[in-house]
Amino acid sequence: MEPYELTITQALSRLASRDLSSRELTQSCLERINAVEPTVSAFITHDADIALSQADEADRQRAAGSVGPLCGIPLSVKDLLCTKTFPTTCGSKMLAGFVPPYDATVVEMILRAGGVIVGKTTMDEFAMGSTSETCYYKVPANPWNLEYVAGGSSGGSAVSVAAGEVLASLGSDTGGSIRQPASLCGIVGMKPTYGRVSRYGLVAYASSLDQVGPLTRDVQDCAVMMQAISGHDRRDSTSVDRPVEDYSAACAAGMRGVRIGLPQEFFPEELDPEVRQVVMNGVAALRSAGAEIVDVSLPHIDYGVAAYYIIAPAEASSNLARYDGVAYGYRDEQANSLIELYKNSRSAGFGAEVKRRILIGTYALSSGYYDAYYKKASQVRTLILDDFKNAWQSCDLLISPVTPTPAWRRGSKLDDPLAMYLSDIFTLSTNLAGLPGISVPGGLSEEGLPIGIQLQGPHFGESLLLRAAYNLEENLALDRAIMPRPTT
Amino acid sequence: MKISQQEVEHVAHLARLHLSREELQTMTGQLDTILSYVAKLDELDTRDVEPTTHALSVTNAFREDAVKPSLTQREALANAPQHNEESFMVPRVL
Repeated sequence: MEPYELTITQALSRLASRDLSSRELTQSCLERINAVEPTVSAFITHDADIALSQADEADRQRAAGSVGPLCGIPLSVKDLLCTKTFPTTCGSKMLAGFVPPYDATVVEMILRAGGVIVGKTTMDEFAMGSTSETCYYKVPANPWNLEYVAGGSSGGSAVSVAAGEVLASLGSDTGGSIRQPASLCGIVGMKPTYGRVSRYGLVAYASSLDQVGPLTRDVQDCAVMMQAISGHDRRDSTSVDRPVEDYSAACAAGMRGVRIGLPQEFFPEELDPEVRQVVMNGVAALRSAGAEIVDVSLPHIDYGVAAYYIIAPAEASSNLARYDGVAYGYRDEQANSLIELYKNSRSAGFGAEVKRRILIGTYALSSGYYDAYYKKASQVRTLILDDFKNAWQSCDLLISPVTPTPAWRRGSKLDDPLAMYLSDIFTLSTNLAGLPGISVPGGLSEEGLPIGIQLQGPHFGESLLLRAAYNLEENLALDRAIMPRPTT
Repeated sequence: MKISQQEVEHVAHLARLHLSREELQTMTGQLDTILSYVAKLDELDTRDVEPTTHALSVTNAFREDAVKPSLTQREALANAPQHNEESFMVPRVL
């Protein structure tokens, strides 16, 4: 077994026993990157020198006895988290070459924990998309089948972990952008409760929905990463000041006394039969671990896509107004007036999906349409939130599919935005309600594509979610493969 | 039709975007499909429902009014497409 195949937990124990150095581990990841990156395209930027110098620093810290919880672990970061040492492009031409003057809080936290940042990952432009195909630079491929999408918008983050290029990654989830690519690539991905993790230095898409979270090879690693990034940040006024629980310890408990809700609206008739089967296997696994399964109903879930595709574009249209070609970002040099400068820079700097969402959002917020669209969608958001609150009366967690189907062929939904939006149907409502959610590998389709299982919990229910996810993982006992399969 | 080409053109101006003839046509069709789908929300009676803008109600987060380090002028200008060492440069406004 090569070092890059280790989980964080395994690597930490070998680093601790001095059986492995961070330099050796990082070198192994860099070699793996050289071998597979040309086919999987997980990175927009990666830098071996920066990674190795951080690895050496981690080895020095370990020798000096100051060992952070991620000391020496090679990681990747989605290219919308600000980093002083790497450009931060958001997958857009608009931010080509942009080097932020500061690190995002979560980046500071993983560096302080001793993490080694190898590079920045491919993503849908400004996190708008479900396949990472709207990335201006390159499009990641699903490591299980290179003809298929990796998912999105944190596609590169998921691929970098699934393909063994790094041990874990940080992504962001506004409507499923961590959980969905994790599911399609056969790894674990968690979207924390809104406010649990700082958004400072996360380039904004839809501020009331965005949340940073980890993508990892297993649930224990997810707990380790969550521990490293959770907590209050004074620089993010929506971050919540509340003690962080011991997530790794939480994994150890069994499922006795936990009520798992089976929400009928997440199992529509047209659901892919293989996806249904995988999720039902998960239900059986949790039941055999001691959980009680109860039927619940969330009657307004079906309206989630419609509400989301007003609210998120509305917030995006406001957030992306800052890209005007003046202080940073792409500028059209030919413009003769200020308004021309704005229009030309934005039109050339943004891709089609970003323009589409800016237009929807601007329309929904414009005079005469505000009540019909934005206000209406915000009221339906209340109904969805109430559905979840009612569900928590009779259960502690919800189990469901992550996506209606396994990964699809690259290019097949690009010309049909609505079909693309509808693929997010099971993940969007988590964000509308600000809840934590996790995607855990559940099995493979007949074609050999991964299918994930989603668990959602009440606000700040991360411990319980990780505990259930860990039990699911233990009981399903899947073969955890790194793809494409190492040839050495 | 939920939205016309003229409306899309107007919204594009509000959003400071320029669309080519072809883009305008494609975009109008796609926006119309999306807005027709969104009309699904009208099936729900929301007369007495309060809108939600944030899922968790966070009250005002105050901090002390203290001077902290901030970006230097040099750092602030570092990514500017055009500057004169003191300010961002833009085309003539008046």
